[in-house]
Amino acid sequence: MTFTEREQQAYVDAASADARVNVELETEGMTLNIGPQHPATHGTLRIVARLDGEQVVAAEPVMGYMHRGYEKLAEVRTYPQVTTLINRIDWLGSFANEVPFILAAERLMDIEAPPRAQWIRTALFELSRIANISLFLGDMGVQLGALTPVFFAFRDREFVLNQIEAVTGGRFHPNFDRIGGLKDDLPAGWIAETKSVMAKMRGFCDELEDLLMGNEIFEARTRGVGVIPDHVAASFGLSGANLRAAGVDWDMRRDNPCGLAYESLDWKVWTHPDGDSFARYWVRLQETREATYMVEQLLDGLPSGPIMAKVPRIIKVPAGEAYVATENPLGVMGYYVVSKGELAPFRVKIRSASFSNISVVPWVLRGVYVPDVITILASLYFILGDIDR
Amino acid sequence: MAEPTSAIAETDGGAPSPTPLEALRAEAVETLGEALGDALLATHAEGDLWVRVEHQAWQQVGYVLRDRLGCLWFDFLSAIDWMPSPFGRDMDAEQDWPTGGPDPRDLSIESGVTGGETRLQVFARVMNTQTGLGVIAKADLPNENPAVPTWIPVYSGANWHEREAWEMFGIAFVGHPDLRHIYLPGEFEGHPLRKDFPLLARRVKPWPGIVDVEGMPAEGEEPPAGAGQ
Repeated sequence: MTFTEREQQAYVDAASADARVNVELETEGMTLNIGPQHPATHGTLRIVARLDGEQVVAAEPVMGYMHRGYEKLAEVRTYPQVTTLINRIDWLGSFANEVPFILAAERLMDIEAPPRAQWIRTALFELSRIANISLFLGDMGVQLGALTPVFFAFRDREFVLNQIEAVTGGRFHPNFDRIGGLKDDLPAGWIAETKSVMAKMRGFCDELEDLLMGNEIFEARTRGVGVIPDHVAASFGLSGANLRAAGVDWDMRRDNPCGLAYESLDWKVWTHPDGDSFARYWVRLQETREATYMVEQLLDGLPSGPIMAKVPRIIKVPAGEAYVATENPLGVMGYYVVSKGELAPFRVKIRSASFSNISVVPWVLRGVYVPDVITILASLYFILGDIDR
Repeated sequence: MAEPTSAIAETDGGAPSPTPLEALRAEAVETLGEALGDALLATHAEGDLWVRVEHQAWQQVGYVLRDRLGCLWFDFLSAIDWMPSPFGRDMDAEQDWPTGGPDPRDLSIESGVTGGETRLQVFARVMNTQTGLGVIAKADLPNENPAVPTWIPVYSGANWHEREAWEMFGIAFVGHPDLRHIYLPGEFEGHPLRKDFPLLARRVKPWPGIVDVEGMPAEGEEPPAGAGQ
């Protein structure tokens, strides 16, 4: 289609006339900088929002304040050394970060961890989920002005971290997963203690359900706020609870449990049809409770046997490419590992959940009111290390 | 995600993949071959389905994956630099040299799964969440001025991934409305994930972690230089 010069001029004139009228009706535009240091951003995420009165016209997250270049650094480290780095991606559920990378390396080497290692791996994986998500459950209250839940969350999360520490020696950065199995077996008495902690965490979930769900302020501030429909969520690559809260019944743990012991468990994938902030909170709360049952089942059915497969002392991964993704606390986390048969990976592409989850922010914040910016960001739940890598 | 809930509800929470994955992948290869013709260069099936296409057909393959194969969920988009590091392995210590296999100083390009002809390859993964079919699409980029059409009209989420690939590899995404730095400061020069971009930390000081892979020092001997740094 071609325009004559005259038509073009007429179009420009009309557009500028429109703009003049709009300027008269609009309030003065304003740019609001949220962050980089802001309690709602869990780190250094900056959001530049253009406002019209109380409404957001456009919002653009600015990342990179914490970019550490893990993909480059992984290229000059041996495979066992890489786990130390990737522990720090999602620092609240560190153990879960190691698992997909180790599974990718195991797939390339064509070895499989013995059953006991797989089960303990899965149990620790779910414990990281509980430790991670419980903080979100409390933190969401803070963003709405309710301080009590976050104290409960910090108090009860400590029990889970103690259990992780008892096995791995690290509260936040366990660095415990090995190619072919695990570093150590469980300590004595750990199983009984963990079961009592799981009962405590269910109590924590009930407590938060009593505190927040049904609370008039909580419902008013989250119901129908920040709605992300399923097709938008999928096209932006949202995953985990953010996707299930949009009604998509898809969980990597059930549908593709590659190398983890989910198949023998009896559990349910929770979804919510609404896709709003409330749905995201509700799904995460149910998932945390479900995870406590999963850990109990894993500990009940724990097979005996070795915890390490036969692995050469100096690990060289055969040439090839593998992509393994797991359902991490924040969503789907995957590692695309390219090996050339050397000690170090040739290329590691880290697919982190928060990066994709937060990429929907410019879409979802358009037209919302300023106070809702905080609740929507909190309900999408991201960890800065998982965005910036 | 057009009508996912009803179909899944009938399976009563079970695995939503009644068809074996092999059949799905064979069907997908057929559909792609029919839609793309000669632009489909190679395929490989191993868990996921890998396909390599001509870079001119990059956007078209996105549309085929989304509209005909139902891969609505966008996983990631990134790139690989297949050139071996021109710094050899001297960024590590001597012990890191592989003892067998190809000469590490050989700078000839050797591509991985589905092959490749050029240095830079763009690749992306999408998934059909109902059937569990995951497809990894790859495209070789020309060595001079690597550029490829953007995927934003197909998958909105490609926006940030393309910005990242642009700054890390210097790949232009034709039609991208907002190609600017995402992680690095605006005045940053160079493309860090290209293999010829030196990792300065390793140039300045050898990696102390090398003690992990060499033999433990025998008793009574001096520990090797660099240990315990």
